[in-house]
Amino acid sequence: MITVQACLDGILLGVLFALIAYGMALQWGVMNIINIAQGDLVILGGYIAYFMYLYGIHPAWGVIVSPFIMYFVGVGIYKLVINKVVDRDLFISILATFGISILFMQLMNFAFGADVVLANSGYGTTFLFDGNVVLPNSKIFSAVVSIVFAICLVIYMKKSKLGRAIRATAQNSRAAKILGVDTEKVYAATFGINAALCGVAGALISITFTIHPYMGLPYTIRSFMIVIVAGLGNLPGVAMSGMGLGVFEEFADYILGTEFRIGSVFLLLVLILVYRRFKLSRKREYLK
Amino acid sequence: MNKNLILYAIILVFGLAAPFIFPAFKVQLSILCVLIILAVTWNIQGGEMGYNSFGNILFYGLGMYLCASVQVGMFFPLAEWTESGGEKTFVHTPLQFFQGMAVGLIVAAVVPTIVAGLIGYSILGLRGHYFAICTLGLGVAAGEISGGIEIIGAGQGFTTPPFPNVGGLEARGEFFYFCSFFALVLAFITIRAIYSTRFKLILNAIRDNEDKAEAMGIETMKYKIIGWMVSAFFCGLAGGIMGGLVGYIDSTDVAFDGREMGVFMVLMAILGGKGTLWGPIIGATVFHIFKEGFWTFFLGWQYVALGVLIVVIVIYFPEGIMGWLREKYPERFGEVIDEADRKAQVELK
Repeated sequence: MITVQACLDGILLGVLFALIAYGMALQWGVMNIINIAQGDLVILGGYIAYFMYLYGIHPAWGVIVSPFIMYFVGVGIYKLVINKVVDRDLFISILATFGISILFMQLMNFAFGADVVLANSGYGTTFLFDGNVVLPNSKIFSAVVSIVFAICLVIYMKKSKLGRAIRATAQNSRAAKILGVDTEKVYAATFGINAALCGVAGALISITFTIHPYMGLPYTIRSFMIVIVAGLGNLPGVAMSGMGLGVFEEFADYILGTEFRIGSVFLLLVLILVYRRFKLSRKREYLK
Repeated sequence: MNKNLILYAIILVFGLAAPFIFPAFKVQLSILCVLIILAVTWNIQGGEMGYNSFGNILFYGLGMYLCASVQVGMFFPLAEWTESGGEKTFVHTPLQFFQGMAVGLIVAAVVPTIVAGLIGYSILGLRGHYFAICTLGLGVAAGEISGGIEIIGAGQGFTTPPFPNVGGLEARGEFFYFCSFFALVLAFITIRAIYSTRFKLILNAIRDNEDKAEAMGIETMKYKIIGWMVSAFFCGLAGGIMGGLVGYIDSTDVAFDGREMGVFMVLMAILGGKGTLWGPIIGATVFHIFKEGFWTFFLGWQYVALGVLIVVIVIYFPEGIMGWLREKYPERFGEVIDEADRKAQVELK
């Protein structure tokens, strides 16, 4: 029964990870930037929902409100910092976003305090298999909401004008520029959409799990891992590997103990990268 | 060359005399030495080799834990020591303390080197940002995992043996200062020797184009691993000294402190100018003075300041102090400038 419990928990958790990873894949693909501050955007989105809860509004509304606020936060970050590092060395972008991450971490620590908080949604729990498997309804709610958001976004990217411009820029930014796409605007919008996705995920996390100012980095690493396992632009892959990661984490939690949970995530990242390196090195290489 | 020798002699004499000239700043000076070691060794990867590592903190933390564990474990049961925490049931005699420290430092330097050699083959095959993220993951994973191991104190930390009561009040600061200063001198001599051989050219070739370097018949992997092992050796040594100096080891806040030391070493090297011998040294000194001078004003806000500082340096000052000087006074760096060429360049602009 514990196996079923862990699997279900892991899958519901993994859907959330996949949502964050989708945002990361989007901006990585379009702007070629790895955003270390991704996890901190998630946590910030979570705090928005938490504050709505504190002021007596049901935190589920945070799913609507926080992406709007986070969109503008994302565009602001882009205008201030990211647009200066887009065309530069990748390491510069990693370091710059690492700086943003530290900045956000500490500002959130000042603004909201260093306590572990959660927004209580009061959704109750569902019992399956004669009460052997316990699923909080909030987890199911969060998984459903993230799937809905992901589907909406995919349709938006396929159909709308901005979506087409974003995909064109991802394929070839220079050609897109020549054909009249304002790439600067596209970049800003991409980063904003990424931040908005983080906002949704954060609001859901604040309902389902707990949030804390310093919890951002693991979310960044998870989404990075999901993206490299799935590959850029492979949406079903992102969903699958997100769920796989969720299940892995739940099992690591049961087997190794909670104190090694984050450590095992980071170790898994190292192992995946090393495996990928050996797999790639078997390919025939040639000089470009 | 003669001028250089005089310069080094002056620096050496000044370094030896520093704790007696500025007795109040001994601890700060030893931390400065450690920071310089970290920046200079980071520069082997980040500056010369083009492999931007966030993971050298792994060797630093490893050295810290190893040195303290050996120092305690040589004479007393390690588990009971960490169990008793702050209340000391065991006391090192002076002889035991120094013996333990000597053996501990050797272990702290050698084991990370071996670790670097072992993991080097798999990790250094990664390129670019994959390497950066992978090493970032390594550092954090090490911190999280060491925070769960009981025998080295787990979450509550590990108190290193206190300095024995010999040689008066000033002895502790002087001892650790000279430890770190000699480690720094050793590191500087080694790195200077390395940089004056073909090895540096190979590292630069790897940075500029690794595939072509390999095609030219250089065994790039061998040299990358050697470079990483040199870094690991000195990072471990610095960590061991720093552990004794701080007196208390915590897994995520002192040893595997990716948020402070792990970023500092990258930042210092970039601030000074990566890929130069003196850049990281200047960068570390400037950074340390800035940090100590302003941290007290920013009390509580220091991480905010750090975040802003990283963003500003990385975006507006990526060449560093040495790069800026080089642009301003190219003649000093032995670059010959053709007047006609420069005029043509100016006209083009």
